[in-house]
Amino acid sequence: MSLLFALLLLQASPVATSPARPYAVPGEEAVDPYTVEDVNVGAKPFDGDGMAEAFHGQEGIRRIVDRMVTLSYGDSEIGEIFKGHDKVRLKRTLFEQFCYILNASCIYTGRDMVRSHKDLGVHRKDMNRLVELLQQAMREEGVDFQAQNRLLSKLAPMHHDIVGR
Amino acid sequence: MTYRRALVFVATTLTVISPQAGFAKPLRHGGKLLLTSGISSLEGAAGGGLTPWAVIAGNETNEGIGLSVHGTLVEMTDYDYQSAGIALGFRDRLELSYAHQYFNTNDIGTALALGKDYGFSQDVIGAKWRVAGDIAYDRMPAVAVGVQYKKNNNGAVARLLGARQDEGVDYYASISKLFLSRSILLSGTARLTKANQLGLLGFGGDKNKNYTLQLEGSAAWQLSRHLVVGSEFRSKPDNLGIAREDDWFDAFAALAVTRNVTATIAYTDLGSIATVSGQRGVMLSLQTSF
Repeated sequence: MSLLFALLLLQASPVATSPARPYAVPGEEAVDPYTVEDVNVGAKPFDGDGMAEAFHGQEGIRRIVDRMVTLSYGDSEIGEIFKGHDKVRLKRTLFEQFCYILNASCIYTGRDMVRSHKDLGVHRKDMNRLVELLQQAMREEGVDFQAQNRLLSKLAPMHHDIVGR
Repeated sequence: MTYRRALVFVATTLTVISPQAGFAKPLRHGGKLLLTSGISSLEGAAGGGLTPWAVIAGNETNEGIGLSVHGTLVEMTDYDYQSAGIALGFRDRLELSYAHQYFNTNDIGTALALGKDYGFSQDVIGAKWRVAGDIAYDRMPAVAVGVQYKKNNNGAVARLLGARQDEGVDYYASISKLFLSRSILLSGTARLTKANQLGLLGFGGDKNKNYTLQLEGSAAWQLSRHLVVGSEFRSKPDNLGIAREDDWFDAFAALAVTRNVTATIAYTDLGSIATVSGQRGVMLSLQTSF
């Protein structure tokens, strides 16, 4: 446990203190420089292990995110918005975001919600459609419905930063 | 209670709303999340069954015009009631609604010297404006204000019972919030009204001729994406000396059968109506929305 903690610290420290830089991992397209910090995630994480367990840990969260992203790119209603966007990076940052919020031992290294949705022209109905695809992915993973809504309650207030940007 | 009537009602409503099958693949669906625009209340406004919520009818978001059509049937101990209506939701902001209500006195009509199956009917035209907030997305609850103009078609008989007018206007304000973290929706409405039994027995009376403030509330728990159960309360004026009026309660289950069809069944306790107490029964409501 303490080893894991030390590893997490090691992983976290260079990131948490990093100045603005184009944070991307190999296999991803370059992005404009930005400062990596926890507040970028847009929500306060849950306390305790309950939510991480309800989502079947990091493996479950990764399956949900991969499925949601795949559904979104192929969706007849909102697929157009994702076309031309870095799917590898989206899967990674979305995984980090959900994992961080669900308190499943991750840090979030992506951009804030305003910056990451800039110029996408997302409408309210697009956001609702994305929620439905997320619900489908969570349902397929077997996540309890009440736990699904608890995650949505963390994501819902972000619509101010996402819609109409 | 006549189960045949209920079956006929369900069959008829399904027939009326079945054209939606023709739009099986619309360009885009309206865009609201399932069940977030509620069902059609008795007076035509979107909300719970008994009371409006601060939501706008139809499935459209801030970019479109939504539509809902409903039929409702209540079978009580001694009476039955039907209503049908239509509501338009403009940009998820303004709602205009119309409902026609029909209340049949069955055998009580004879006892009241009105004749068996004497019916009262009423037309309700409503407007609702969502002032602020959003039921699901905002931290702030949704807030709406509304008016309902009601015209009773049996004014002479209502006056015999003690009513003062055959038409009236209700004014209300609603506040509604879906607490996603608990999957619970709470809604409250304050209403200024003179209406006796929604207005079906006229407006004002020998006991009281003025507006009174009435409180209404809904609590609902979302069990799954498609199913909500809940309970409602609606306080009522008591204006008529010979026909006591009680507060209303219900317990309901609403099922989103498809994106466009919601079916609701409720147990209702409507108390004393038109001199006869203990009016309990079942409410069925079908709604289609786009």
